[in-house]
Amino acid sequence: MGVRIGSEKFFDRVDKGINNEFMRKAVVEAQTRLEGRKTKTQEEMGNWEDWRDLSEEIRQHTLDNLDYYLEQFAENVAKQGGHVYFAESAEEANDYITNVVKKKNAKNIIKSKSMVTEEIGMNEALEGTGCNVVESDLGEWILQLDDHDPPSHIVVPALHKNKEQIRETFHEKRQYSNSSDPNELALFAREQLRKDFLSAEVGITGCNFAVAESGSVSLVTNEGNARLATTLPETQITVMGMERIVPTWKELDILVSMLCRSAVGQKLTSYITGLTAVKEEGDVDGPEEFHVVIVDNGRSKILGTKYQSALQCIRCAACINVCPVYRHVGGHSYGSIYPGPIGAVLTPLLDGYEDHKELPYASSLCAACTEACPVKIPLHELLVEHRKDIVEKTGKIGFAEKMAMKGYAKAASNPNLYKMGTNMAPSYIKSIAKSEEDGKGKGVGPVKLWTNIRDLPESGGSSFRKWFENRNKGGDQ
Amino acid sequence: MKVSLFLTCLADVVYPASVGQSTVEVLERLGCEVDFPKKQTCCGQPAFNSGFHRESKEVAQHMIRTFEHAEYVVSPSGSCVSMLKEYPHLFADDPEWADRASQLADKSYELTQFIVEVLKVEDVGAELEANVTYHTSCHMTRLLGVREAPMKLLANVKGLKFTELPNKQQCCGFGGTFSVKMVPISEQMVNEKVEHIEETNADVLIGADLGCLMNIGGRIERQGKPVKVMHIAEVLNSQGS
Repeated sequence: MGVRIGSEKFFDRVDKGINNEFMRKAVVEAQTRLEGRKTKTQEEMGNWEDWRDLSEEIRQHTLDNLDYYLEQFAENVAKQGGHVYFAESAEEANDYITNVVKKKNAKNIIKSKSMVTEEIGMNEALEGTGCNVVESDLGEWILQLDDHDPPSHIVVPALHKNKEQIRETFHEKRQYSNSSDPNELALFAREQLRKDFLSAEVGITGCNFAVAESGSVSLVTNEGNARLATTLPETQITVMGMERIVPTWKELDILVSMLCRSAVGQKLTSYITGLTAVKEEGDVDGPEEFHVVIVDNGRSKILGTKYQSALQCIRCAACINVCPVYRHVGGHSYGSIYPGPIGAVLTPLLDGYEDHKELPYASSLCAACTEACPVKIPLHELLVEHRKDIVEKTGKIGFAEKMAMKGYAKAASNPNLYKMGTNMAPSYIKSIAKSEEDGKGKGVGPVKLWTNIRDLPESGGSSFRKWFENRNKGGDQ
Repeated sequence: MKVSLFLTCLADVVYPASVGQSTVEVLERLGCEVDFPKKQTCCGQPAFNSGFHRESKEVAQHMIRTFEHAEYVVSPSGSCVSMLKEYPHLFADDPEWADRASQLADKSYELTQFIVEVLKVEDVGAELEANVTYHTSCHMTRLLGVREAPMKLLANVKGLKFTELPNKQQCCGFGGTFSVKMVPISEQMVNEKVEHIEETNADVLIGADLGCLMNIGGRIERQGKPVKVMHIAEVLNSQGS
C-alpha cells in the first residue's frame, strides 16, 4: 500500500469526508468515547504531567542512543537463535520477508496488526509472490475483506464503518447470512479466522516495543490475535520501525501503561505479549524460526533534525482522538496511512512534500494534539516547522501568498504604512462585511474566502486611536 | 502601576473602539496608569504561523523596540501574547535579539491574567444582566496556560447567568490563515461551535480573543442567529444599567 493512499486531490478528499455523514457521526462518537476514557484513566493514575515528562525523557534518551540500543537488541536476538535484518528501504524489507517465506515454501500467512507493514506495502509484495496473507486483527480483517479499504485510524482502523456495512461485506465476500449484531459478527469472524490461524505456516507481527536488554518483542492487543499468530505458525517474522525500542523492561512498563491509557483508556489491554527467542526444548509453543526486520525507510533521515521528536511517537492516536480537523474530515482525507496530527507531521517526512503539501496546513494550530500526546511531541510546532520549510526550501508557495506576506511584514514593521492601512480599513471593511444577496462573499482573495461563510464586524476600524488621543491630550505617550 | 497596552491589530483595525476602551477603563479603575505606544502594529503571528519566519522577525523586532520602555505589557488577547512569548525562540540564533525578546516576553500578560496574577484582583466590580457562555480560546489556554483567570473574574460579575459551553476545549476553526486556507474544514468547525453555543441558550458569547470572536461572531451573523458576541474586556467594563 505504501504511505500514500488513493490518488484524489486533497480538497476532493476533504469534501468527500465532510459529506460522509455516517463516518462523521462515527468519528464524533469515537472521539468522545476514547477521549473520555483517556481522561478517566489519566486521573486514576495521578501525576499525569510527571508521567508525560518521564515518558518523553525515555523516548528522547532512546532516540539519542538509538544505534546503541538497536545493536544491543540485535545481539540479544541473535544470541538466542533469532535472525535480525536491518532494512534501509521498504523494498529491502519486502525482499527479505518474501525470501524468508519462499525458503519455507510457505503459502499461508497470518498477520497481526502492524502499521509499518502497511507503510512498506508488505501485503502486496507477498501477494505478488502468490501468498495468501490474512489480517487477524478484526478491524484490519474487515478492511481486507472489503477490497483492501485503507485504515482511517491507527488504532481503530475500521472506524469509518458501521455494523450494517460490515454485515454487508461479510455477506458479499463470505456468504454470511446472520444479523448485524456485533456478537454474531465477531463469532463469524472468529470461525473464519480460526482456519487461517491453523493453516498458516508463517506469522507476521508488528512490534509495539522491542526490549534491548533481552532481545524481546512486545505486542499490545485486545483480541489475543497476536498470541495466536506467534504461537501456531512455525515461523515468526516481526517487522518494526527502527525507533520502536526501549532499553529495558522497566521503561517498557511505563510506556505500555501510557500507550494503553492514551489509546483506549484502559489501564492495560487484554493481552500484553512479550516474546523472546525461538521455541526451546520443553516449550509447548512458540516459533521454531524467528526473524526481526528493522525498518528504516526514511527514519534515520529524521534523526538529528528538528523533527526528531516525531520519532518519539508510540502510535497511541491520542492526538487523532482530540483533533478537531480529523473530527470533521476523517482519516481518509489525509491521503496517508498515518492520519491526524501525527500523520500530518510524519507523512511529508517519510513520503515528501510533493503529494502531501497541504497536510501541514490542515491544522488550526489549536495544540489539542500537543496537549494530548503522552510522550510530549510538540505536534503543532512541528507543523509550523513544515510550513517554514515549505516556504524556505520547496518553492511550493503561490506568488500571491508570498507577496501578501512580504506586504504584511512591511506594513506591520513600519508605523506609517500601518497607519495608512488602518485609515483605509473602516470603509473597506464596511463595503465587504456582509454577503452578496446570493449569500456569497465579497472582495477578492483571502477576504472573499473569509466572507464566503462569515460576516465581518461592520462598524470596525481604527477608532480606538482617536478616542485614546482625545482623552489623553497632553498625556503620557 | 504603569501598564503599556498592546491593543492587537484586530482590535485596532477591524473591531470598534470598545474593546480597547474597555481594556483601558478596567485597568484604570484598578489603579493602573495606561500608556498606548502609538507605533505598535501586530504581533507577527500571521507570518509566523504561515512559515514566513523571516517576515515574522521583521515585525517582532519592530514590536520589541516599540515596547522596550514598558514596565508591563498588557493585551486583550491570549493568542497575541502567546506570540510575544514565542519571540525568544524566533531569535534563538541571535543572542542580542533573543535577550531583548525575552525581556518583552517576560513582562507581557493577557488582560485577565494580569488582573488576577499581577494586580491580585478577582472582582472588578462589573455588572451585566445576561445569559452568557464563554469560549476558552486554544492559544490562551494551551499555549499561554491561562485557564482560571477569566473564569474567576466572570464569576464575580453581578447579574451574569453563566452556562458552560459544551465541548469548550474544542477549537472554533479560526486558526488565523487556516480560516481562509482551509475554508471547508474551518466552516465545519465553526458550525459545530455555533451549535454548542445554541445548546446553552446564552444570549451572549464571551471570549478573550478577537480572532475566535470574529470567526464565531461572523458565522453567527451570517446565519442570522440571535446571539451577541462580547470581548471579556467589555464585560468586565460593564457597569449595569
